[in-house]
Amino acid sequence: MRRHPSLWLALLRPGDWVTIVFSLALVGVSYPLLWQSGSAEKAVIRRDGALVAELPLTINKKIEVDGPIGRTTIEIEPGRARVLSDPGPRQYCVRQGWLTRPNAIAICAPNHISLALTGPANSANHNDSVSY
Amino acid sequence: MTPSATKPVIELKVTAEDHRIARYAAAAIALTVAEAAIPTPLPGVKPGLANIVVLLVLLRHGWTDAAWVSLLRVVAGSLVVGQFLAPGFFLSLTGAVLSLGVLALAVHLPRRFFGPVTLSILAAFAHIGGQVLLARLWLVPHDGVFYLVPVFATTALIFGIVNGLIAAHFERPGTPTESQQTTP
Repeated sequence: MRRHPSLWLALLRPGDWVTIVFSLALVGVSYPLLWQSGSAEKAVIRRDGALVAELPLTINKKIEVDGPIGRTTIEIEPGRARVLSDPGPRQYCVRQGWLTRPNAIAICAPNHISLALTGPANSANHNDSVSY
Repeated sequence: MTPSATKPVIELKVTAEDHRIARYAAAAIALTVAEAAIPTPLPGVKPGLANIVVLLVLLRHGWTDAAWVSLLRVVAGSLVVGQFLAPGFFLSLTGAVLSLGVLALAVHLPRRFFGPVTLSILAAFAHIGGQVLLARLWLVPHDGVFYLVPVFATTALIFGIVNGLIAAHFERPGTPTESQQTTP
């Protein structure tokens, strides 16, 4: 059952090489095509569904928003944003950490505040929300 | 009530061809079962060793036999591993059907230039393509499924090449290992 390594290559016919190269290119293209979801451009902060602030993800900034049970602090850095602190009992939105992808959202339900990232306006991504 | 000697007996004629298909199908089923024991990081990422058998049958005996072996493999293999009529069975069936469809076209490629490796790669892509499509339409009706396509495509290419080489190794007459090959 032994076959010398070089003999395995001999089993490939010219067209097989064409198929392999073509397939490799196809697979290679599939990565950027399917794995890029665009970069997030803006952070949208809402309280009770109403817009509080919409900020570009190009600056360093901390924003404090007052809700029914206290103050939520949101931190924005170039390319990402997070809920830094929140008075909610379970801290879900804080523990979600940095949001980096378009349509990612952190919801601090007890304090009625949400932080969402949006992608380019012409993005083909029409999801209501995606969490990672 | 005496048992009559003229009681009609249904006799199934078993041809040599049936035996041959059964033998190949048995080999394919054995590979499927063995493969089910290999842990995989992702459902859908597996070597697909049974496809080596399907390819060999295709090259030696033609598409009809290959289709029989492939479909018998899917049905019997799923019965053995307890997946019959489970989602995995339908995924497997869709993959097999699509892959047979592609092979039906691909066998007409000039043999001189396109060997088993090409057939194997095309079949592997068709297999995973069919599965992803069914998963998208039925199991996970969300475009998030396509997020996994690059991973599936990569493994399909790798295993497609490897399986194709193995099939080519067994198919090529006059290889040192198959000295007394007795194919019809």
